[in-house]
Amino acid sequence: MKKYLLALAASAAILLPGAASAQDKTKACFIYVGPIGDFGYSYQHHQGLLDAQKHFGDKLETAYLESVPEGADAERAIERFARSGCDIIFATSFGFMDATNKIAGRFPDIKFEHATGYKREHPNVATYNSKFHEGRYVQGVIAASLSEKGVAGYIASFPIPEVVMGINAFVLGAQSVNPDFKVKVVWANTWFDAGKEADAAKALIDQGVDIITQHTDSTAPIQVASERGIKAFGQATDMIKFGPETQLTSIIDDWGPYYIERIGKVMDGTWEQQDVWGGMKEGHVVMAPYTNMPDDVKKLAEETEAKIKSGEFNPYTGPINKQDGTQWLADGEVAEDGFLLGLNFYVEGVDDQLPQ
Amino acid sequence: MFEAIVITIATAATPLLIAAMGELVVERSGVLNLGVEGMMIMGAVTGFSVAYMTGSPWLGVLAAIVVGALFSLLFGFLTLTLVTNQVATGLALTLLGLGLSGMIGESFVGLPGVKMGTVNVPYLSELPYVGRLLFGQDPIFYISIALTIGVSWFLFYTKAGLTLRSVGDNHASAHALGIRVIAIRYMAIMFGGACAGLAGGYLALVYVPQWVEGMSAGRGWIALALVVFASWRPGRVLAGAYLFGAVSIGQLHAQALGWPIPSQLLSALPYLATIIVLVLISRNKRLTMVNTPASLGQPFVPDR
Amino acid sequence: MRLELVKRPQQSRAFSALSPFIAFGLTIIAGAILFAALGKNPATTLYYYFVEPLMEVWSLHELAIKAAPLILIAVGLSVCFLSNNWNIGAEGQFVIGAVVGSVLPVMFPDFQFWFVLPLMLIMGMIGGAAYASIPGILKVRFNTNEILTSLMLVYVAQLFLDWLVRGPWRNPAGMNFPETRTFHSYAILPEILPASGRAHWGFVFAIIAAIVLWFVLSKTLKGFEIKVLGQSPRAGRFAGFSAGKMTLFAFAVSGAMAGLAGISEVSGAIGQLRPAISPGYGFTAIIVAFLGRLNPLGIVAAGLVLALTYLGGEAAQISVGLSDKVVRAFQGMILFFVLACDTLIHYQIRFVKSKAATASLAAAQVPNV
Repeated sequence: MKKYLLALAASAAILLPGAASAQDKTKACFIYVGPIGDFGYSYQHHQGLLDAQKHFGDKLETAYLESVPEGADAERAIERFARSGCDIIFATSFGFMDATNKIAGRFPDIKFEHATGYKREHPNVATYNSKFHEGRYVQGVIAASLSEKGVAGYIASFPIPEVVMGINAFVLGAQSVNPDFKVKVVWANTWFDAGKEADAAKALIDQGVDIITQHTDSTAPIQVASERGIKAFGQATDMIKFGPETQLTSIIDDWGPYYIERIGKVMDGTWEQQDVWGGMKEGHVVMAPYTNMPDDVKKLAEETEAKIKSGEFNPYTGPINKQDGTQWLADGEVAEDGFLLGLNFYVEGVDDQLPQ
Repeated sequence: MFEAIVITIATAATPLLIAAMGELVVERSGVLNLGVEGMMIMGAVTGFSVAYMTGSPWLGVLAAIVVGALFSLLFGFLTLTLVTNQVATGLALTLLGLGLSGMIGESFVGLPGVKMGTVNVPYLSELPYVGRLLFGQDPIFYISIALTIGVSWFLFYTKAGLTLRSVGDNHASAHALGIRVIAIRYMAIMFGGACAGLAGGYLALVYVPQWVEGMSAGRGWIALALVVFASWRPGRVLAGAYLFGAVSIGQLHAQALGWPIPSQLLSALPYLATIIVLVLISRNKRLTMVNTPASLGQPFVPDR
Repeated sequence: MRLELVKRPQQSRAFSALSPFIAFGLTIIAGAILFAALGKNPATTLYYYFVEPLMEVWSLHELAIKAAPLILIAVGLSVCFLSNNWNIGAEGQFVIGAVVGSVLPVMFPDFQFWFVLPLMLIMGMIGGAAYASIPGILKVRFNTNEILTSLMLVYVAQLFLDWLVRGPWRNPAGMNFPETRTFHSYAILPEILPASGRAHWGFVFAIIAAIVLWFVLSKTLKGFEIKVLGQSPRAGRFAGFSAGKMTLFAFAVSGAMAGLAGISEVSGAIGQLRPAISPGYGFTAIIVAFLGRLNPLGIVAAGLVLALTYLGGEAAQISVGLSDKVVRAFQGMILFFVLACDTLIHYQIRFVKSKAATASLAAAQVPNV
């Protein structure tokens, strides 16, 4: 009988979450917009979770929900986390912005962190983002140094400020080496469709570009570039496996340091609302090893990276003209972060019309 | 450049052609299987994983074909033996395939796959303009062309093909003539499944050698549309698949050339084009009536 | 050993009632095997999947939110499917309903009166109905296959919405992100019981629609007409019913329901238009319609069950780490079991040894063949 009761108690413990878990454990919860198997955006956030788990070990409990659609479902997912004992919730996609703020208002004791958004309606909501465009400037420098034809192909996802910012930074970097450098843009209208991205890469190559870069998440473009014998850049994660002789470098979204820092602050009670836009300096944007290029180009890339990292140079430093030739930034003028975050025009040298 | 573009179009068209050719045979036997997308994605995950583990793309292709056929048996059992609604069962098959493939493929995400090489006929593949197009493509491209010819010949020049069409046109009289309607339909469904599996294998071994969830991205549905678009004629399926491939590749070139057209409109073009062609073809009633399998989608229970 | 079906002279009432339970039982068994194979404790997983989401009030509200669009769309589709019209483009009609319904709050944000909301709902229904009428008209006028045209139009609608929210309808104060301005308070569908959760009136619309359509289908001449034309177009013609008019009617009704679902979701749960407003409700609703056996009241139950599989899937993902792919595979399995079990209503299943035995047995069983 006693044995039976014990078994019953044990099964009750399984059925009631949290009953047995220690109170001093901090729980961090993550919501991803895509599958963790996308080997791109959500994959990298999940790597950040794993880094944090490794760093804190037993002191930290983590949970995540993948493929959460933006809209009504996001609100439910966040609320479920808020009610399941999470101390800090990371909502990792722009589309979760309103849902995060709404739930945050009802759960003032829980900390919320929203990636890539701008709304902080309650004191317990912080926002964070990364200056991926810094890496794209370095890519532009490399592309212009290597390209024989002076034209690169750019596979873009959606015309949101972050993507436009990246295209501009790439062009500015390229023009710093070759003022006549051109970029052809193809909008795939998807973050992730391997087949379509492959087709876009092929179309660009057939149109005569000899370097491919992408702001979509699949590895297909790099595989196509490798087949066709041209060079390409990876995206979000190190894609060298998919093109050992093709990848020049890759912009890696490294969220680990940020997650460790913020979870640590929750643990010691010093968490405060903030708006962080970290770049190379903060370690949020990391370049994969520079490969498949001559030493002088590699050196130039490393120097450019070092200058950005030290804060000595900002890619958005004038003189910069808009696409139509009118002046945007005067000589030496640096664009403000707030303006960049809403950027919706091209700089001179982009061979495309921005979808409006 | 022109040759390269045509080859790109051929790559985009081949999986559509193969899957549609399988579905054409299924529908000619009087069965509507809306599960093409699900069978295709099962083929893709199987093809990728088997090729990855064995290192042989051919084994991958073979496994994709077998799994596609086995998976379609599930549909066959429900719709033929248990006489369930074909539309709903097909949709369930798609749903199951998308979920199941995600589960199976979880450990294969982010791994570079094995790519099937191209056939290179010595000397001929170096001919200007058409050499690579005709003699230097991947083996499955040639299979897809052979499949088109084979299905055409089978349906219209063999006795077995005539039997299959008679089952699709009027299962009751076919049954009265002593034809084993159910058995023939089982075989047609498995053929369709095998083709969809092969098309999926093509996606994961030739198109983009990698596995990602949902990588069929609606191509199974396009294949279904092509069958109607082609009013159940193999030659027209071929034309339709290449037309669709040309429109979807063409819109990317239009963008790369910097044409000032909203990219959403360009992305919608293949779908709008399909609708328009469907309307143009189907408004000619006499023509469609001749080719449409009259028993399509009708349940059949043999009376005794 | 062979499996043979013998048609029952009448539908079996017992199996009509029992089959959903048999199907559910089989699903539970298959689910348990699946979970065990994935290394999860089947009992715990099933608990999180099917019970935990029902244990709290807020979660019940969420269930209603998730079920509302599924039920609304599915009851509309039942009219289509019963009359043999295969509209599988409800997803697109949902989107267009949301877009047309949002014209007032997005384009005329200063137009703030109490009747804005009713107007929005009506416009949403009209938008959905009009969009659904395209495949309907093409079918009647040109004999074009409606399965494919309605499906192709889904992609077109999604791209249209995408273009709108990134282009002309983009929020002027939204930092150029792809979303419209947020709706003003007169354009928000209110919550039913704001004190306990955020379920909005969309769920009430769904229940009303289900009851009205149940009445129409089972108690009126129109319902009879729908079923006759669906089962036998020839018989329908003899009775003086027009299959063409029925097609137009069915598409318009299902489009209006999908459009209402779309605008309710946008106005009640999201509060603005964004590039993606539906996680595939229009497609899932097809499953709901069949799960509810095309009976509006059955569809209410089916919509709630399917909504539960989403919520339960999340709960299981958080608590036992069950992958979200399993959820979709599981939904496919449920549908398979329901379809298979419904065979029992119309047929007796016999396992027989040889063909000759079957023939004599069947002949004895069904004398009036």
